Amino acid sequence: MIEANQLCKVFRDKKRGEIRAVDDVSFRCLPGQIYGLLGVNGAGKTTCQRMLATILQPTSGTAKVAGYDVVNEPEKVRASIGFMSTATALYGRLSAQEMVEYFGRLYGLTESVLQKRIDELFTVFDMNEYRDRRCDKLSTGMKQKVSVARTLVHDPPVMIFDEPTLGLDVMTARTIVNFIRDCRTRGRTVIFSTHVMSEVEKLCDIIGIIHNGRLLAEGTIGSLREKYGPGDLEDIFIRVVEGGGR
Amino acid sequence: MNLRKIGVVYRKELIDSLRDRRTLISMIVIPLLLMPLLTIGMGLFTAKMMVSAMQETSHVMVIGGEDSPRVMSAIRTAKLVALVPAAPDYIKQVSKKKVGAAVVIPKDFDASLERNETMTVPIYMYEGEFPSQIAADRMDKALRDLGAATVRERLAARHVSDALLQPINVEQHKVGSSVLAGLIPYLVILLSITGAMYPATDLTAGEKERGTMETILCSPVSRTDLVLGKFLVVTTTALATSMLAVLAMGFSFLYAKSAGAGMPLDSASIFQLNIDAGAVIAVFAMVLPLVMFFSAVLLTIALFAKSYKEAQSYLSPLMIVVILPAVMSMMPGVELNMETALVPILNTSLVSKEIVTGTYPWEYIFFIFGSSTVYAAIALAVAVKLFNREDVLFRA
Repeated sequence: MIEANQLCKVFRDKKRGEIRAVDDVSFRCLPGQIYGLLGVNGAGKTTCQRMLATILQPTSGTAKVAGYDVVNEPEKVRASIGFMSTATALYGRLSAQEMVEYFGRLYGLTESVLQKRIDELFTVFDMNEYRDRRCDKLSTGMKQKVSVARTLVHDPPVMIFDEPTLGLDVMTARTIVNFIRDCRTRGRTVIFSTHVMSEVEKLCDIIGIIHNGRLLAEGTIGSLREKYGPGDLEDIFIRVVEGGGR
Repeated sequence: MNLRKIGVVYRKELIDSLRDRRTLISMIVIPLLLMPLLTIGMGLFTAKMMVSAMQETSHVMVIGGEDSPRVMSAIRTAKLVALVPAAPDYIKQVSKKKVGAAVVIPKDFDASLERNETMTVPIYMYEGEFPSQIAADRMDKALRDLGAATVRERLAARHVSDALLQPINVEQHKVGSSVLAGLIPYLVILLSITGAMYPATDLTAGEKERGTMETILCSPVSRTDLVLGKFLVVTTTALATSMLAVLAMGFSFLYAKSAGAGMPLDSASIFQLNIDAGAVIAVFAMVLPLVMFFSAVLLTIALFAKSYKEAQSYLSPLMIVVILPAVMSMMPGVELNMETALVPILNTSLVSKEIVTGTYPWEYIFFIFGSSTVYAAIALAVAVKLFNREDVLFRA
């Protein structure tokens, strides 16, 4: 489960002064649910997810991920999540297997468990063919699969995806979308951020619309339509953003 | 601190670095090929050039001297000298390198000597031109020999022993050479920072640039363990670089000694290196905390950079900062004392210089090892602190 409680993140910039990248954001995502954070570029999605992944520390507020506090138990939080974003690249000079092994070892898996888990993942994602190939020699699609295997090697209960399909071709994006859906089926808690409306409509159980660091609206697509009027998600999104959530 | 995780990070980063061509070049190719080539190759080349120049006949122009057969005979009988006909533009001929040197014999030279007068003989030469220098030296020697013979004759005429003019005879016997031995600590220090520079950049700014920083930060390894793992890799490559350089130098010296053995001049002695393996090991022990200090400093600076390029522009000036104290240690007058023992780099250079020449100043050895370790610990603490700062890790 993910439980964000009044999360705030303030950056200080010499030129622009104080920037409230995430401002008083609270939400909840249960196991077997996909929570979609929808927002334009710079809305605060990445900062919010980085705080959940303990890569950044909240300025105020807190969050619980898989029962652990992001401020006080960051290492336990990281051991319980699989985090994937456009910024989580692979080590080009390691092979696909070495890449997954490295993270498995950091997660504290024993060698026998790790090898079993790698065999399983490489077979499920059809990656055995390029197991020993260096990551910088892989195609974008192959790289994405290695990233997925990397996030799953320790079988985490919580998955955090930050715009995972950004810049990917249709086929590769589809693989990722199917994988996220599979995570829900397996009872994982999933938080997923994007600015692609169609992906949110297809995948998410609950949608949170974030703008200028604030969570302006939240609910299922049905409840959002009820509150903000008819139309597709794009129409609703624009009405929410323009109306400031009213 | 989790030793197992530090080990996992260390192993991965070492494999990663060893697969990087640029690290391999700075760690293996430069010390193994470039250093021997630069030091021994250049040394042998210069020695060979000198030898061949010294075996060549010098062309000398003598102006005047028609009335002085004695001095002319002294010049003619000088070894490896050929006289060319005199010409009025002799200075020009020397400056155009047509003749090696020109000697002007004053009028009535022989007669003036017999009158017990002192004669001045100008020799014209092209400074910086080796064959011209040799020609002038040969003339100088011929004239000095003649001068010495004249002195002996003058003394004999007065029934005075020539020993009267030479009360002391000095003999120098070389039993060791510290010129090259002094170079070893310098080389170890310089090469260790060269070897550390690339991996330090690659493991920090390189990670940011390639987008793997966020990948590793979301894993359960603590940032302190991550820095320690990276720090140990940088230290390993730095030490490996300097060890390979010393090994390459050692083998090159052995080769150069045998290659220089057949040379007629003293060139073989250039490559004499009288230090033992124990001293080299002691130097490495002294250099270890310094290498750790370098590794931590380089990591800290490179981490601050957003990209590889930016890191390089920060680190390049650092080379000069390192070279300066190392060079200072080789200057005459810069000695080991309580003040210099506190200056990082300089202290290690100075104490290592002592060690390679066979002296072990134990009180300084302990003091310098201790102070260098403290510096390394401070630098490492700064690196760890910086690794925990979001504004540095995500500097945009």
